[in-house]
Amino acid sequence: MGRIGRLYILYDVVRWEEKALYQAALRKGIDVRMIDTKDILIDLNNDSMPIDDGNYDSSIYLQRCVSYFRSIHLTAALEGKGGRVINTLLCSLIAGNKLFAHTALVKNKIDTPKSILAFTQDGVLKALEMLGYPAVLKPTVGSWGRLIALISDRHAAEAIIEDREHMSPLYQVYYLQEYVKRPPRDIRAIVVGDRVVGAIYRYSASDTWKTNMALGGRAEACPITKELEDICIRACRAVNGTIAGVDLMEDESRGLLVHEVNPTTEFKNVAKVSNPNIADEMIEYIENGLDG
Amino acid sequence: MIRCIECEADLKIPSDAIEGEIITCPDCGASYELVKQREGFNIKPAQVVGEDWGE
Repeated sequence: MGRIGRLYILYDVVRWEEKALYQAALRKGIDVRMIDTKDILIDLNNDSMPIDDGNYDSSIYLQRCVSYFRSIHLTAALEGKGGRVINTLLCSLIAGNKLFAHTALVKNKIDTPKSILAFTQDGVLKALEMLGYPAVLKPTVGSWGRLIALISDRHAAEAIIEDREHMSPLYQVYYLQEYVKRPPRDIRAIVVGDRVVGAIYRYSASDTWKTNMALGGRAEACPITKELEDICIRACRAVNGTIAGVDLMEDESRGLLVHEVNPTTEFKNVAKVSNPNIADEMIEYIENGLDG
Repeated sequence: MIRCIECEADLKIPSDAIEGEIITCPDCGASYELVKQREGFNIKPAQVVGEDWGE
């Protein structure tokens, strides 16, 4: 075993990725446990770790929950007790919110799609005039392309805003983004520490403009250029991440734009077409002490 | 033999299955979470997606 003690893989659903990570850890001879987080009870008023048996100074908790709110609250509880979690609470909070991530990327001089924040119907309509139609409305928290709307004109905007006004307050935070002129694909790159270990082009399915694999998109291997690696590593660091999936678009004139960093990234399709050893590379990075 | 709760098709449990793994019925597409028993696994309906689910 390397420099870590036990490795806990925190899950609520065992996807292909969690199983691959578990099997990679077993192959390396690491003391690994799968923890169903749905069953966890945590006493917040003492310093004992609820899912450890004494050696937690050197243990690592790999956060792999699909539920965003479960993930950040569990990470907060574990870090509060001194546990070492990948990714950290700070990373999960920033990267888990598209607007927070956007501001972190801009602050670190990483190119992103033009975006505007608004809170009212008038504000949204003004923002859309500034961005130009069509434009994209994204929930600040969410994944797999859910509730992302391509707004074609003012009438569509008014209808969407009316719907949002009857939803929970989070949906009245309007994160609006230019519709980037790009090929019918985006890029998903997997960052592990200071390397990009795999990358794919994600092509939209024929009946949607969204490129999410969860919506039936198609994957092809993407060459890992110096430019791609550099921007992905900087994006991962901008959100305080160590292992993450970075999503980029290829703008016709500006080149690579980062539009998302995923702190509990899926990588099944990257493993299938780019690098079959991604889970092993993640485990090796964790085993070698996360660069100190 | 484990059968799909929805359509009664036979469900194949992978030889390297682990607790919590999701399997999908090849006939009707229903998803199930594997629950470890003393010997082998049982199934329970899996939550397919939550509002805050993602990566």
